Order: sequence, then structure tokens, then C-alpha cells
Amino acid sequence: MILKGRAFKFGDDISTDHIAPGRYFHLRTNLPELAKHVLEDADPEFAKKVQKGDIIVAGRNFGLGSSREHAPRIIKIAGVSCILAKSFARIFFRNAVNIGLPLLECDTDPIDDGDILEIDLEKGLVKDLTKGIEIQATPLPKFMLNIIEDGGIEDHILKYGDFKLED
Amino acid sequence: MGKTIAEKILSEHAGKDVKSGDLIIARVDVAMVQDGTGPLAVEAFNRMKLKALANPERSILFIDHAAPSPRKELSNAHKILREFADKYGAALSEVGEGICHQRLVEDFVKPGDVVVGADSHTCTSGALGAFATGMGSTDVAIAFGLGKVWMKVPETHRFVLKGKMPGGVFAKDLILYIIGMIGADGATYKAMEFEGEVIENMSMESRFTLTNMAVEAGAKTGLIATDETTRAYLRERNRESDFREIKPDPDAVYEKTYEIDVSGIEPQVSFPHTVDNTRPISEAKGVKIDQVYIGTCTNGRIEDLRIAAEILRGKKVAKGVRLIVIPASRNVYLKALKEGILEVFVEAGGAVLSPGCGPCVGIHQGVLADGEKVLSTQNRNFKGRMGNPNAFIYLASPATAAATAIKGEIADPREYL
Repeated sequence: MILKGRAFKFGDDISTDHIAPGRYFHLRTNLPELAKHVLEDADPEFAKKVQKGDIIVAGRNFGLGSSREHAPRIIKIAGVSCILAKSFARIFFRNAVNIGLPLLECDTDPIDDGDILEIDLEKGLVKDLTKGIEIQATPLPKFMLNIIEDGGIEDHILKYGDFKLED
Repeated sequence: MGKTIAEKILSEHAGKDVKSGDLIIARVDVAMVQDGTGPLAVEAFNRMKLKALANPERSILFIDHAAPSPRKELSNAHKILREFADKYGAALSEVGEGICHQRLVEDFVKPGDVVVGADSHTCTSGALGAFATGMGSTDVAIAFGLGKVWMKVPETHRFVLKGKMPGGVFAKDLILYIIGMIGADGATYKAMEFEGEVIENMSMESRFTLTNMAVEAGAKTGLIATDETTRAYLRERNRESDFREIKPDPDAVYEKTYEIDVSGIEPQVSFPHTVDNTRPISEAKGVKIDQVYIGTCTNGRIEDLRIAAEILRGKKVAKGVRLIVIPASRNVYLKALKEGILEVFVEAGGAVLSPGCGPCVGIHQGVLADGEKVLSTQNRNFKGRMGNPNAFIYLASPATAAATAIKGEIADPREYL
């Protein structure tokens, strides 16, 4: 899977409260509406600026906090094709894999806001086309790639009626 | 090779010997959602064409986050959960019954269980010697329907806690201190196992406060071996037969071991906007506070309300401060009622509300104004957490919260005990 898009940079410790703020709790049953507020408390303009295929590039511990699966879902609905971060909080990472939103851990310092990136998901290779550099990310384990390639765990279960995962 | 608590419980539930790093399909004993995450789980359950619950009595839908409902969209969300519970025979915890994590430890979770919840603080039940972890709505929908989840067996970080807890210092201070020390991602993906003389002498209620906040260090769960304190807690809940011994092997392999002497720890306060931004009370005193909240799955238990009431008895909340008190469950509420504790809060000038998550969720019951500061006994202080990104959240123990309510600024509880 090759993904290409423009980088949107964020800092460390972007929580699920930044991504899907609690004051919009009542919109959790209306994801397209909730997606209009995606990442609002980190960048109030993000939802307006983001375009299909764009890539979130963040620092440490992206997605910490609540287990709300709405957070990766509205990032995906907003059109984001992949998230790169120095590290992810565990539940967010798991939820992203489960809903088929690609994400990779790598050194994100060399990437600047607005850079055009091309990502080879299988190899975990990130190319910054703007800067002409390559960054090796930690590749995803095979079973996680399988879930993402199946379109998420829902489609995986629909397809097999059970888990069919290999490490 | 010996096993950690996590490896032992997960080996039982994978039906084979497993060690840290293994990908497993684990059998689930208890699965739950709450009103914030439940509707999405119901949708996922339906989209996956799942037909029935693998374990109806231990599939639970909790209405606690926005309960009673403050607006029609959430009333409709509650209705989705009630209809699902009714259709499939799942357990339903209604408005006023309390916060999911408190109700789970009171009535549902047994030592040795695997518990998955669509709520990050599901790790609370780990103090009962259960492998309890937060997951997404879709994971729990699968656990509802198939009775299993995919999981990686985590490595374990062991926290050996030595010495004697000083007066005025509580489990909340201890866990804030630990998170301040290792950072908000200090235990990401790991299990945290707590042990040592401090744990041996600690009440079950305080142990829940420790494991509740494991996720604030990034951990998959927090675990404590079972002992006579666990047994006594289950006995009090009329379910002593649920007790079983859960402990790590003496030669278990830990990725890291921390030895911490608690004797010199002061009361702790987490400053905005991250939990690991902790300071000792001596460096936190004097910050003017607009609202104090005592409650939540972290610190809304009877022990918490007792200590806060001890400090507030016969005193008044400072002018200009709102005190909100919410018992974590109906059981806690009734106990506090019978012990005269709620009377103390009301006479001091506090507002006592019905069991639930309260203002911690950010949708009702005490949303802050721009620029306001709150000191809360909850577990999180992220920007926007309590409904307003322009407000400031400080975290502390119920004793510090009570002292702060009296003084109107962050205060040292040791001056009042």
C-alpha cells in the first residue's frame, strides 16, 4: 500500500480530547458532524484545511487518553490517509488498526508542515519528496497489516466470521 | 521460566502457554461499554452481522457518562443501549447506578478474569487480580458476539513500593508521583504490577485508585496480586466464592523493576494540561481555585468521601468556590448517606449529585467558564477535558480537594488532619 499526501504537523501529547472534544459528546452518534470538529483543540482550522490523502505528522504519545474509537474514525472521515508519530498511545494505535487507518512510528523531526510525503506501508518507508530524504519507520507487524488491508477488523470478521490472524 | 500476572492470566485465556510479545486470541470473561462508546459498539455489532452474545450475563452496558441525560441526542444514545440490552439479554446499568469501573469491581469482576471495556479506565479492575484493559467500541462488539479479542501479551514493569505512607498522603498522591516520575508514556503498551509492603497494607479502595491510573502512564493495565484484603472485599460484597489466588511466579521476568520508598512523598498535584506535570504540594499551594470536584472512578469511593468529610466537617467552603461531590456508585451513595457524610458536604456548602461520571466528561454537571481553574480528584487534566479548552484542571487527592475547597486556593491537607 503506497500513500501520498501533504504533512500536517502537530506536537507531543495530542490527546483524544484534542481530537474529539468532550463538549461534542452528543455528536458521537453523528460521526460526519463530529468530524467537522476533528483536532479542533490542537488546531481550530484543521478540519477546514485538511484534504483527502493528507498525512498527520506528530510527536510523542499521539492519541493518549480516552478509548473513544470516534477519534481515529473522524480522522479517517476527514480524509487523512496515514498518521506518523514518534510514538502512539496504545488504545488509539489499536483502534486505528482496527478501523483500517494506517499509522507508523518514526522520527518525525525532519518533516515540516506542508511537505509532500510518500509512504510504503509494507516496508515502513517514508519519503519526504519535498526534502528528498527517506525515513525508516518501524514496520507494522504482519497481522496488523492484514487487518488494515482487509479494510479494518469489521470487514475482517465479516469476511472470515472469526479472527484469522498470523503473527 | 516464571510468569508475570499478565502472562499467567492470558495463558489461561489463550488456551496455551504464552509470554510477553506473543499475539494471541484471548477468551473474554467480562465485556462492557458505556454511553459514550456503546452506540458505536452496537453499530459495529450490527454491521458485523453478529447474532447473539457469547456471555450475556457478563456483557454489560453502562449509562454513566451523561447520566441523567442533559440533552436529546444523548437520551437517544441511551435508548440505543437499553434496546440492545433488552434484545440480546445483556446486563444494563441504569442512570444513578454508578460509574462502570466502580460497578465492575463491586459486582462483576472476579480475580483471574479477562475484562475488556470500551473505556480507557477499565484497568481499574486490575486491582482485583484481573487482566482488565481498555479497547475500542469495535473490539468490545466482537467480544460481545464472539467472546474473544486479539491481543499482544504485554511486558510487565514491576513497581515495588516500600516504606510507610506518611499522614495526609494517599494512593492518589502515590500514583501521581509515579506518573510524574516515569511520564505519561513511561509504561506505554506495558502492564504495571504493583507490590511491596505499601500494597500489602493498602485498602482495596486505594488499590483501585492506583490501577485506575495505570493508563495515564500509557499502560495496558495495572495489576495487583490477590490477598486477604481482596478476599475481605469480595466477602463484603457477598461474593467470597469469587476469590482465587492470583500472583506472579517468584522467577517471573520483568522488563523493568522500580523500587520506590514512599516515606518521603508529599501530597501531589498535577498541573494543566498533562497528568505527568506533577508537583509536590509545597510547590503547588496558593493557586486560586474556582471549583472543586470530589468523585469519579479514581476517587469517588466511600474511603475518599470519608476523608474529605473528615476535613470538611463543621467547616464552610470558601466564598467564590463551588464544591461538587459525586459518589461513584449507588452502593457508595447509600453508605455515605447512612454514615451522615453527605450531610457534612451539604452543610459545608457543597452540591451533592447522583452517582455517575459528573463533570469529568465535559458535557454537564459543572462545565467551567473561560479562564477558570478546577481542582478535581479525577484522573485526567487534558486541555478541554471538562468541556472548555480555555479552563485549567488540577488533579489531587480527595483530602487535598477538601482542604482546597475550604481555603479557596490549593491547600495542604496535612494542615487540616
